This record gives sequence, C-alpha cells and structure tokens, in this order.
Amino acid sequence: MSHLLEVKDLEVKFALRSGELTAIDGVSFTLDKRERLGIVGESGAGKSVTGFAIINLLSRPGYISAGKILFEGQELHRLSEEEIRKIRGDRISMIFQDPMMTLNPVLTVSTQMVETVLAHRNVSKADARDLSLEKLKTVYIPSPEKRLSQYPHECSGGMRQRIAVAIALLTNPSLIIADEPSTALDVTIQAGIMDLLLELCETEDMSLILITHDLAVVSQVTEKIVVMYAGKIVESGSTETIIHDPKHPYTKGLIKALPGSLQPGSRLNQIPGMMPTLTDIPRGCAFHPRCTIKDTVCQMEIPALISVDDHDRMTACHMVKRTIR
Amino acid sequence: MFAFIVRRFIQAIFVMLIISLVGFLIQHNIGDPVRDLVGERVTPAEREVIRDQLGLNDPFYVQFARFVKKAGKGDLGLSFFYKKPALEVIVSKAPATIELVIVTAIILIIVSIPAGIYSAIYPKSWFSRIIMAFSTVGVAIPVFLTAIALIYLFAVELNWLPSYGRGETVNLWGWESGFFTWDGLKHLVLPSISLSSVMLPLFIRLVRAEMMEVLETEYIKFAWAKGLHRRRVWFIHAFKNTLLPVITVFGVQLGILFAFTILTETVFQWQGMGFMFLEAVERSDTSLLVAYLVVVGAIFVSVNTVVDIVYGFVNPMVRIAGTK
Amino acid sequence: MRTWDRFKKSYLLYSFKRDPIAIISFSVLSVFVIISILAPVVAPYNTYDSSTFDIMDGETPPAWMEGGSKTFMLGTDIQGRDLLSTMIYGLRVSLLIGVGAVLFQSFVGILVGLLSGYLGGKLDAFLMRLTDIQFSIPYLIVAIFTSAIFKLAFGVGRYAELAVPLLIVIIGAAHWPIYARTVRASVLGEKNKEYVEAARVIGIGRWQIMFRHVLPNTLTPVLVISTIQVAENVMSEAALSFLGLGMPITKPSLGSLIRSGFEYIFSGSWWITFFPGVLLIIFILVILLLGDWLRDVLNPKLYKG
Repeated sequence: MSHLLEVKDLEVKFALRSGELTAIDGVSFTLDKRERLGIVGESGAGKSVTGFAIINLLSRPGYISAGKILFEGQELHRLSEEEIRKIRGDRISMIFQDPMMTLNPVLTVSTQMVETVLAHRNVSKADARDLSLEKLKTVYIPSPEKRLSQYPHECSGGMRQRIAVAIALLTNPSLIIADEPSTALDVTIQAGIMDLLLELCETEDMSLILITHDLAVVSQVTEKIVVMYAGKIVESGSTETIIHDPKHPYTKGLIKALPGSLQPGSRLNQIPGMMPTLTDIPRGCAFHPRCTIKDTVCQMEIPALISVDDHDRMTACHMVKRTIR
Repeated sequence: MFAFIVRRFIQAIFVMLIISLVGFLIQHNIGDPVRDLVGERVTPAEREVIRDQLGLNDPFYVQFARFVKKAGKGDLGLSFFYKKPALEVIVSKAPATIELVIVTAIILIIVSIPAGIYSAIYPKSWFSRIIMAFSTVGVAIPVFLTAIALIYLFAVELNWLPSYGRGETVNLWGWESGFFTWDGLKHLVLPSISLSSVMLPLFIRLVRAEMMEVLETEYIKFAWAKGLHRRRVWFIHAFKNTLLPVITVFGVQLGILFAFTILTETVFQWQGMGFMFLEAVERSDTSLLVAYLVVVGAIFVSVNTVVDIVYGFVNPMVRIAGTK
Repeated sequence: MRTWDRFKKSYLLYSFKRDPIAIISFSVLSVFVIISILAPVVAPYNTYDSSTFDIMDGETPPAWMEGGSKTFMLGTDIQGRDLLSTMIYGLRVSLLIGVGAVLFQSFVGILVGLLSGYLGGKLDAFLMRLTDIQFSIPYLIVAIFTSAIFKLAFGVGRYAELAVPLLIVIIGAAHWPIYARTVRASVLGEKNKEYVEAARVIGIGRWQIMFRHVLPNTLTPVLVISTIQVAENVMSEAALSFLGLGMPITKPSLGSLIRSGFEYIFSGSWWITFFPGVLLIIFILVILLLGDWLRDVLNPKLYKG
C-alpha cells in the first residue's frame, strides 16, 4: 500500500560562513490518507524545519542535503521551482504560527484569498471570490462577506487563524501542515482551532501534520506521533502508545511535565537542563547530559531508532534496547 | 487622525516663527534697508529721517511683529540688486529650480527602485555587486565633481549636450518652462543627472535594504507557501511594504535635494533660486537673502508636514491604530 | 602597556587584519595624514607664501605632457602655484577643518546629549525640540546660510583671515544634532543600569555620575559616528569652498582649487580641477570605508544606513 507522504532519511543542513550545521539528521516517517501525525519537540528541535523541508521552503542557508520526500508518488525534493510551486498551496497547504505575521497587513483578506485560487485554478475572479466566501463559511467565520473586504489587523487573533485555515482549504489539498497553529492564541481559541482542524480532516478528506511542542494538544488531535530531539527522531508510534506508555527518557520527561497528571499544589516536573543548540550537540546520544538512566555507551554511540515491542513504536535509546533482550 | 493633523500644523507654525525670527535678526543687523531703498548717495541727516519714517528706530518686538505681518502678506522687502520686491524675484526664479528637482526625482524613482529591488532579490549576481560598489563609492563623490565630470565628458569632449544655462524656455502664464522645447530638455539632462547622483546611492541602498527585510518576513514566507507566482510575491506582496518607509525617506530627502540644487545650479549657471542665492551673497543683497531663507524654510516645513500626513493615510495601520 | 596588550588581543584588531578594505583604507588614510602633518617638509613649495610663485608660470600642464616641466610635477594653477604643493596644503586644511569640526560637534553634542538624557524633564524636552528643528533643516543649507551671513557680516578680507576657525564653527554647528541624539540615546540606556544605581546609593553627586561614570560608556557610538562625520565635514567644507564661501583662493583647500580650475577646463587646463578632485574623492572614500568598517565591527545592529 503506498503512502500519501513518505519521508526517508531526510537530512537538512545550514551552510554558514563558519561551517555547516546539521539541523535534521535521518528523519523518516510515513503518512497515509486521512491520517493525522504530530511532530513533537522543543523549540529548535527541528520540527518546523522538517515541515518546511517537505515543501522546500527552507530559509536561505538551509538546504536538503540527503534523503527522499515522496508525495502522491512524486519526489518532491527533485522538483523544479515551478513544479513545486504548483504543489504548494494546492496539494499541500501550510498554516503558520502567528496569523498576524502571516497575513500581509497591507492587502485585504479578499485579495489574499482570491490570489491563492487564481494561482492554481483557471477561474474568474468572481468565481474565486465565491469560493473564498464558501471556505470562510466552512471555518465558521461570522459575517464572511464583511471579512473579505477587511484588513488582517481588523480581525481578532482567532479569526485570523481561521482565515489562514480557510486559505489552506481553498484548493482542497490532500495534506495540511500546521506549524504551531495555536501557540500564539489563548487556550479557548486554541481548542476551537484544533477542533476545526479535526473536523475538516474528516469532512474534507485531508491528512494533517501537526507540528507543536504542546503534548496536550497532540494527544487530542493526532493518531501518530514522532518525537524529535536535537534534529533526530527519538521515539515514534501511535499517539495512544506514546502518551500512555512512553519508553524514551525524554518522552517520559515530557509526559511527566504535563500539569494534568499532577495533584494540585505539587511541584511541576521539569527535565533538568536545556536542549543543546545545533552547534553544541554532544557526542553519542544527544540527550545523555540530561538523562537519568544513562550509561557509558550513551556517551559514545548514537542510538538507532528501533522497534522495541510489538506495538508499532520505535525508540532510539540504548537503555531501552537493553530491556528487550 | 484630526488631532494628529492639528498637532503637526502647530509644530509647523512654531518652526516658521523661529525661521522668521532668524531672518529678521539678520536683516536687522546686517542689511541696510535705507541703502536698499534709496541707494548710497544720501546725507546722514536724510538717513535719519528716512530711518524714522521706516520705523527703524522702534523697539525690537515692534519691528519683529511688523516683519512677520509683512511677511504674511508676501512683502519680504526689496532686492537691492534687482530693484524689485524680493518675493517677486524669488518667484521668477523658482520654476527653474522646481523643474530641475522634478526631473531629478523622476530619474531617482526610475533608477533606484528597479536597481534596489533587483539587488535585493538576486544579491549575489555580478550586476548587483556592481550596483552596490557604485553606491558605496558614489557617496564619496561630491555633486559638483560629478557635474564637472559630466560637463567635461558630454559637453567639452563629445559636444553632445550643452554645458550651461536653461536653453530655450516657453512662457506659460508666467512660468518659464524648459519642458516644451528640445533645447530646453537638452539643457535639463546633465544638471538633473548630476543632482540625482547625490541621492542615488542612498536610495538604491535603501530600497534594497527594505526589500531584503521584507523578503524575510513571515507573510512573504506564507505567500510562497501558498504557491503564488514569483512575480506576484515580489511585486504585489513585497513591494507595497517596501514602499512605505521609502516614501518617508523620500519626503525628507527632498529637502536635502533642494539644498544640493545650490551646488548644481552654480556649476551649470542654472538660473534658479540656488544660483540667485549665491549671487545675492556676492552682491550683499540682504533682503533677497532673508527672503530666500523665509521662502525655503516655508517650503521645507510644509513638505515635512505634508509627508507626515500622507504617510498617515498610506499606512492603514497608522490610520486606525495611531491616534496615540 | 596593558591597554596596548588588550588592544592587540582584541576583536577589533582581529577583524581589522582579516578585512582587506579596512587595511587598505587605513594605510591610505595614514599616508594622507602624515603628508598633511609634514606638509612644510614634504611639499616642493610653500604655496601659501605668495613670494614662492609667479603668475607667469600659470597654467603649466603636468610634467609628462607637452609644455610641462619637472619643476611642477602636476602642473600649476592659474596663479602659477605648483599644483602638487597646493594640493598637499589643501589636504591639510581640509583635514584640519574636518577633525576640528568633529571636536566642536562632539563637544557640543555630547554636552547636550548628556544633560538632556540624564537630567531629563523640561530641559530634555527643550533641547530635543531644538535638535528636532535643526534636524528638519538640511545641514548643507545651515552651513551655506551661516557662512553666507558670516561673510557678509565680516566682510571678505576679515572672513578670509578667520576662515579656518570660522569654518570649524560653521560646519560644526551644522552637524552637532546627530551627536546630541546619539549620546542621549546611549545615556538613556545607561541611566537604568545597575552601576548608576549603585553610584547614586553610595552618594556620588549627579555631575560626577554623569561625567565620570555614564559618559565613558556612551563613547563607543560617538567614535563610530565621528569617523563618518569627518568625511561629512570634509565634504561640507569642499562644497562651501567650491561655492566661494569657504577657504579663500589665497589659502585654498581642495574645494577652492576645484572652483578656480573649473572655468579653465573649457580652455584645456583640465589638471587644475582633475587632480584635486581625484584626491578629494579618494580622501573622502577611505574615511567612509574605514568608518563603515568600524561601525560594523563595533555595533553590528545599530546605526545601519
């Protein structure tokens, strides 16, 4: 069975004057139709870079140095600029983190929606406008007619994010990549957007890649999770398995850090230390300086991502590997 | 918005008063209005009488108030050399300078915007590097040297273009214009190119810097993510946002451009206000000098005020959010 | 000695050695400065002394052209002065005025900025209003106008005698606002830092704090803009001299030379304008390049453009 999206051993590097930095190293995962995948990790772990790499939208010194990206049978990383342009916004849409920054402040909502349609479909301006109106309704925006002629700063934060979602839907894409879509919003609005995305995946027949650091959100919206740390995947599997039975020390730490599992009044659980920056990745397992169960091998060898039990989960940890023998 | 406009106006008037004060002080202490009026050959006794008649022995603030009132009505004294009201002289010379500035502004816009945008989008191309090198070196070359070099090349050596004056002008209801004859236009070429060389490096760098900054923003990234055509992203999304700061700078620089007309007009013997100013210095024509100060001051103040207000209209965010 | 050691190991020297443009500019500038200081020794003739030249030698072309001679390497100007010597003295005057004006501007500007930023209140509002108003008038207009007034007030002869100090004051007065603003911004930033708080707690007086504690920390931006300001001042002086409002023809600067040579390019004596022009451009260019480099090294984020 062929997957909708297949990412194999993806490697992204940044070519700086002082040398080359590896932002993502050996990332692989698959996504099927209507599946919802969460890419989880702290800021700087490489999750956004992964998202951008799929549609080849990396900021200048970054480039794909190795690996394959297969989407609907096409090798995305080999496509020409014009070919990938056709896929962006059409087959794969992206939603960014802060809708105030993603919508152009000097253009109206209508302009920004209509132009997206016209870039991919051969229709009249009037038809494009009607389509935009329809999509605004799909995301439950009140008085959509009015919204069209407004400027982004005249709409509230939650509204702007819904507009961004509507823009993403205009071309009935097969995949939506949502990069921290709710981080810039307050909790109640956040819930609304997440519910919306969930619903749309069903009704519009779409797959979703949700990139976030928020485990709570991921546990409610996704079916599969990939946990990233310092540019590598450290654990992956179904959401159910990962949340209820994490094996990797980092994932365990993340779950424990969720306030939901605590008694009121008790201290929050934190993972001591900080994730290393790209320039200081430690030797061996990148997590070992902060790990409570490390051993000498962890400081020497990079652990491989392997299957550790008969759930379809993979973990990259020497200590966990030892327990399966 | 209204409060904003009112405040700008009051500030403008305040500045104008100060300029008038300076002008008045100059006239009061340096010029000799009696000589301006009746020439050199009068006896001291007659001088005193005339001084009294002109109110020159009145207290300071009375004289100043009179000065401001007269200025308001357009009477800025008599030019000693031209034997005509100073304002009239200035007004007759103004078209020359204004036309020069207009053509220069056009050149600036036509050259700096495409050059800046191109070097922002393709910063490593050899063309961009040449443009940037030119703009770095260009800042160091004084305008009069550019003018002289141009004259030497095009007028003396190649003999393609004239080296001084305005050429044939057409009188349109009192406005002597060089736009309507080939000769007049030919005369405009070298002076306007020289004048534009003053601002060109700055503007190219400005447009390029702004464009580069805009291209790094989230909303441009989003536009790429939507799969829009390149041209649309560059010229509709990026360009409009680049324009805003460029317009403000342009407004301010217009004043400085004006200052440099003095230098350019001198080289080309262009009969505009700048050249007139220098001749007035040489002839010790104080009234004309002061009148020039007041007029030019008024022009700067109004341009600055208008630019501030226009910016408020162009930027929709300022319009709605900015009544702080 | 310790300061010298610190300097040798500093980032400044490190990036200087790696930047060819900085090295070349600095070398060229040093050569210029040395030549200017040693002018009486280096220049073939002392052209400020009218007994050393003869108008009959006027308009001699450069040595390698027909009609030229080795006595006047780059030719002579219309009054018979050796062009090379006059250029050297002119460079010296331009440098003198450029640096002198910077000293004036920085003195006034620092004083205003310091008082305004540290003492705040009505004084600050007033001084900043003043600065804003002067900012809204192009500096060239201020300079041209002031020199015109001075020329009229003093009369041509007296003006020529006092030219150097007057020009320093005039050009200084045209540009001081930038110093005031820069220093004030710095002071506002420093005012809230802990060492100021600490000094106040110990009981050190306001003025001591301002001048001995805060001031030294605001000097980096001053250094950055000073270099570029020297170039600006030299350009202003050249412009004023070209207009006849600057150095007189008896003690010409590069600008005055260009002015006097201008009419003669039509009759073929192009060198009178050409060589001073080239020297002026190179001079300004190396100062600007050095200033740009300095700004990039000391303050990568601020003051760009």
